[in-house]
Order: sequence, then structure tokens, then C-alpha cells
Amino acid sequence: MRRNSKYPFIVGFLIVPVALYALLVLWPYIQTFGYSFTDWSGESQKMKFIGFKNYSTLFSDDVFRKALWHNVLMLIFLPLVTILLALFFAFLLNVGGRGGTAGIQGVRGSAFYKVVFFFPQVLSVAILVVLFEAVYRSDGGGLLNGILIKLHLESANNPTEWLNDPTFVLWCIMGILVWSGVGFYLVLFSAAMQSIPKEIYEAALLDGAGRGQTFFRVTMPLLWDSVQTAWVYLAIAAMDGFALVSALTPGVSYGGGPDYHSEVLATYLMRNFLYLGKSGYACAMGVVILLLTLILSIVTLRVTRRERIEF
Amino acid sequence: MGSEINRRDLVKRSAALGLVAIPATGLLSACASSGGDSSGDSTKPTKGSTSANNPFGVNESTGLDVLIFKGGFGDDYAKRFEALYNKEYPKAKVSHNATQNITGLLQPRLNAGTPPDVVDDSGNAQIKLDVLQKADQLTDLTPLLDAPSIDDPSKKVRDTLMPGTIELGTIGGKFVTLQYVYTVFGLWYSNKLFKQHGWTAPKTWADFMSLSGEIKKAGISPFAHQGKYPYYINVAIVDLAVKHGGLDWLDRLDKLDETVWDDDAAKQAINAIYQIVQNKYLLPGTNGMTHIESQTAWNQYKAAFIPCGAWLENEQLKATPSDFEMTFMPMPSLPGDKLPFEAIRGGANEPFIVPKKAKNAAGGLEFMRTMLSKAGATAFAQSANSLTVVKDGIGDDVQLRPGTKSTVTALKAAGTNVFNPTYLQTASSLDIDMGNASTELMADRIKPEEWLKRVKSATVKAKKNA
Repeated sequence: MRRNSKYPFIVGFLIVPVALYALLVLWPYIQTFGYSFTDWSGESQKMKFIGFKNYSTLFSDDVFRKALWHNVLMLIFLPLVTILLALFFAFLLNVGGRGGTAGIQGVRGSAFYKVVFFFPQVLSVAILVVLFEAVYRSDGGGLLNGILIKLHLESANNPTEWLNDPTFVLWCIMGILVWSGVGFYLVLFSAAMQSIPKEIYEAALLDGAGRGQTFFRVTMPLLWDSVQTAWVYLAIAAMDGFALVSALTPGVSYGGGPDYHSEVLATYLMRNFLYLGKSGYACAMGVVILLLTLILSIVTLRVTRRERIEF
Repeated sequence: MGSEINRRDLVKRSAALGLVAIPATGLLSACASSGGDSSGDSTKPTKGSTSANNPFGVNESTGLDVLIFKGGFGDDYAKRFEALYNKEYPKAKVSHNATQNITGLLQPRLNAGTPPDVVDDSGNAQIKLDVLQKADQLTDLTPLLDAPSIDDPSKKVRDTLMPGTIELGTIGGKFVTLQYVYTVFGLWYSNKLFKQHGWTAPKTWADFMSLSGEIKKAGISPFAHQGKYPYYINVAIVDLAVKHGGLDWLDRLDKLDETVWDDDAAKQAINAIYQIVQNKYLLPGTNGMTHIESQTAWNQYKAAFIPCGAWLENEQLKATPSDFEMTFMPMPSLPGDKLPFEAIRGGANEPFIVPKKAKNAAGGLEFMRTMLSKAGATAFAQSANSLTVVKDGIGDDVQLRPGTKSTVTALKAAGTNVFNPTYLQTASSLDIDMGNASTELMADRIKPEEWLKRVKSATVKAKKNA
């Protein structure tokens, strides 16, 4: 009797969220799969079924490959740099201080630094764009160029056009992503570090461990779960990059320039979807990105799986 | 066939769920559209009867839904059009939407089958007209051309338009878009700066180069361009080539004949532009600047010339010093030009459309007829500082700003030597590829030969997709 009435109860609770999820998330995904097999222009409901042609075109598309490579670069560097910086700062803020003998604490003023580091996380993308437009501005009026000119490292007549420079542009974009991301992961890691019992550190100290040893032998292993989560989040962020690339880089419709040197999958997708009227093709791209992101998440979770340390 | 059936199924199901276009989070869902074919017909308003004053049969109580691109011209002019429309049809509720992101607002509504009644489909996020035409989303505007003019009912609207308007609005053999603003393209300078230094505007490219040398000696950069958006420098390059190769050359380019890039016209044009790069006549940093950044630097006398269309004056209204004396000039002549120095790119732009599935398409057409009256043209000239395609549309009482005045003079001097490429409307991919090549050339990362090679293969590619 009891057992029978349990299921309607659970179903009653779940039906609304599941229906919403199906309608707002799953359904668009399924539609995208459908559209990726058509020559849909994106502007009307007329389309023809063309099988896998979009996918085969995709693999011989130079720009798509370039964009994919840029996402791979971001995939390698964005999580690595962000996590290392966040770990380093979090360590300093929580256990890096060696001031008194009273035990384990952060460097002096760590509470203040925490706020400072977290601050970029509060800024919206629109503000980031305005801010970094001014930082990377291509003449002497830009922050970077202004400083370099003042230091006589470059001439005002030949400033670096940061976002119009094939070698710099992608790194400039990654710089913004790291700058705005470190604060969040710093707070995440800080929280995790604070839950590590102080006795462990004290024991390490008594055994004569230095800062480096404490970090690698004690902190890192105990933080592994958080680092793993951070890695997955950052990897997904690295597959995107749309907002900054489209707003900051040169080029017709959604940036990606100069000459595709900052093109990412998302901007190329959008240009095909909206500007060139190749929405079916863009949907095929979307499907490929989905698969890549899924594979990536699974691989990341598998590879980083470790024995959990209880404390 | 099979997919057609699936599609209908999807449509029905989504309609049953009451699914409307969902702007989604994440990449994939950006591709989602709603099924919209099922809605529409039943909600069409009953047509009013047609008469001399009401040639399209506007139902006087049906609302009018207007979507305006709010760019260089602002959107005040549209509000004045709407007031004019309301004067005619006081019972109609006019809803006004203005945005920089036309695609964002228009695309979901097109897919849902509930588009606005009249749209100014312009700006960086416009939906390309060739794409819309191919998707059969545009109302044929021929009835507008054959309707009587508001100012003089004995004349048809088509006879009150500047030459070229109808040709330019015709895509795939049908007149589907009203390019409303009449714009000329060329170089701009500050007459005040030139008077101050005793410089005169050059007529030939050789003069332009030697003057640039002088300007540079005076501590000013001779040339700025809107580097982040390569569209502007493309205009300058193509215009030099058209003036050298003549209208035949342009005709071949518009037909996407890739051999145009082997011609002397193309070679001379691109080499001329490259001289600016080689001689370091560019404003430092201009290759990375947005249009506003570079135009403002030009307004601050940091650069002498800048290429742009006639919207420049209105766009820079706030940044321009009051004694700047903004002045327009045609692109300088290359040796052996077929067209005279006075020849300019001129033509209609700012495309207005009536979507095919618009509920009040008749109202949309009537709105356009209002725009094409003298009252409409005057309202535009006053609130947007630009000319329209209405011939002699502006009364003598309308005061023009210096830049606009100089374009009127240039237009008169040009006479019939006005040209206007159409490839931009029909070959979106060529525009992108040429832009990328030009960005590289201006930054001195490629040479003119490489530019020609890249643009030639881009033309072949565009022809294949057309």
C-alpha cells in the first residue's frame, strides 16, 4: 500500500521540472540535430534534407579547423593557468603566512586580498568588454600601449595593435578570461582549504615541511575534488569564448579576426547561422561542439579520478 | 520528402505545446527555432477598401508594428514618420521598436511567422537581404512604385525617386526593398584644418600622395580608417578600381566575374592604397580602431583624411568641433581613369522591408509611401542630417549642416557619373573574405599581389554559393 503511493508522490514533484527541462533544453537540442541534416537558411521554414553533407563539408573547412585549434589552445591554457594562479593565491591567502607561531594563517591582509581578487568575477561581460577595449586600445590612448610608450619600450608612432595582431590576439582574449576567472576559483579553493583540519598542517610543520612541500604533499591532494570540478568548468568555458571574441576582435560580423586568428567555434557558428544564411551548416557545427564538450567532460572526470582522502 | 513530413510533425507538436521561439542559453540551443508556419493566416486583418488616398487598402484600425535600426541616424526620424502615419490613420496603434541588433529581434519573429509590418534591416547585425529573399520572406513592393505620390497624386511614386533606387532594391528580379537614404561615399577632411595650413584637396592620386607627405611633415597623420571594420577600406579600394576600370568593370564585379582582379584597374587601386601603408601615412593604431575611435581621432585633427559614407556627419555630431567644416571629396583619380574625378559612389542604402508574413502589410506599404512624401524626406533631413531617395524632397527652408551641404554639391558635380556596386547585397561571403584580406594589407602583413590572389579566389567561392 505504502509502496504504491510513493511513486505518484515522486512523479508529482518531478513532472514540472522535468517537463520544463525537456521543453527548454532537450527539445532545442533535438531540433538542432534535425536541422543539421538540412540546408536551412535560418530565415524561413523552407528547407531540404541533405543528409550528412553539412558534416562532410565541416571537415574540409579550413576556418572551422582553425577555430577548433584555437579552442584546443584555450582548452590547454585556460584551465591550467587559471587553476595554478587560483591555487597559488588561495594557498597564500589561507596557509601561506608564517608570521606568528600561533599556527596556520594567510599572508597579512588576506581578507582584503580575497575581496580584491574576487572583484573581477562580479563584473558582467559587457563591462569587461568596455574595460579591455580601453586596455588593449591600438593607439597611445590604450592602457597597455600608454604604459609601454611611457617606459620607452615602444614608439608612439608604431604602437602594438593588440587585438589586430595575429600573434597576440588570442592570448589577449585568454588573458581576460584568466583575469576574470581566477577570483572565483580562488574563493572555491579557499573554502576547500579552510575545511582541511589545521592539525594536518601543524603536523607537517613539526616535521619540518616548507611551504612548497606543504602545498604539494598536503594541500593539493586534499583539494583534488575541487580542482577536478574547476577543471571541468574551465574546460567548458574554453569551448566558448564567444562574447569576448565577437565584441573585441576585428572582422565582419562577430569578429574572429584579424584573418581568423582569433576565430573560435562559437563565433564561426554564429556567422554562418545569422550572417551567411547557412543555419543548417551552423547546426551541424553546434552538434559537433556538443559532442566535443561531452567527450571532454567525460575524459576530464575519468582522467582526474583519484582515491578520495577522508579526513 | 521524408524530412518535409517530419518537419510538419515537428511543427504540429511544437504548436500543440505552445512552443514559441525560445532564446536559449548555450550554443546548441541558439539553433532552435519554433515552428511557426501554422500560425498566421487566420489573424490577417480584413482588408480595408482601396481608394485614391488609400491605394493599398489599409484597414484604419489595424495597428502598425515598426522595427527600426537605431544606428548612425538615430531613431527620432522614425518617430516622425510614425506621427505622419498616425495623422492619416489616427485609430491605428503604432508600436515603435528600435534596436542595434536587428537580427536578434527579427529572426525569431520571422521564424515564428509573426514579423513586424515594416523593418529597417540595417547595421552590423542586419539580416542579409539576399538571404531573406532566398527564404521568400519579403513582400513584393512593386505596388508601392505604382501607387500615386502623396504630394502629387497625378505622379506615381516610382517617378519621384532618385535614379538607381529601383535597381538597387531589386533582388532576384523583384523590387523587395526600399533603400531609403541617399548616401555618397568618398574621403572626408576638415576644411578648417586645410585652410589653416594652406592645403588644397587633391584631385589625383599623385597629388594626394605628395600632399600626404606635407601633412605628415606638419605632424599630422595623413590617413585614418576604421580598421576594426574593414568595410570602409574596402569601399575605398573598390571605388578607386571602378573609377579606373569604368562601369563595365563594376558590372563584371557585380556579376562575380573573378577576372576583374587581373585587370589593371584592380592592380592600380590596390597598389595605390598600399602606398599609404608603405609610406607610413596611416594614423598609428588606426588598423585596430573601431569606427568611433578612428573618426573621433580624425575629429581631433590627429588625421587629415578618412573614408566614409555621408552618415559620418550625423554619427560624429557630438565629437565634431563646431568650426570643423566637415567636407566631402570624391576618391582621387588614378592615371588613365575612365571615369572623371567627380565620379562618386552614390546610392540608396538603409534597406526598409515589409516581411511577407506581416499582419498589416498594407500598412507597411502605406508607411513607406509616407516616407517617400516631401514631408517624410524633410523630417528625415532634419532629424538625421541626411538626404533621401526622394527627388527634390527637401524644401528651401531646410537648413543643412556643412558636411551634408558638401555632399549635395558633390552630387550635383557628379551628374550622371554616380555608381553603386551591388555585389555586397548578393555575395556576403566575398565581403567577409575581402575584409580579411584588406585587414592584412593595411597591417602590412600581405602585399598587393597576395590581396588580389585572395580576393580572386574569394570571388570564385562567392559565385559558387550564389
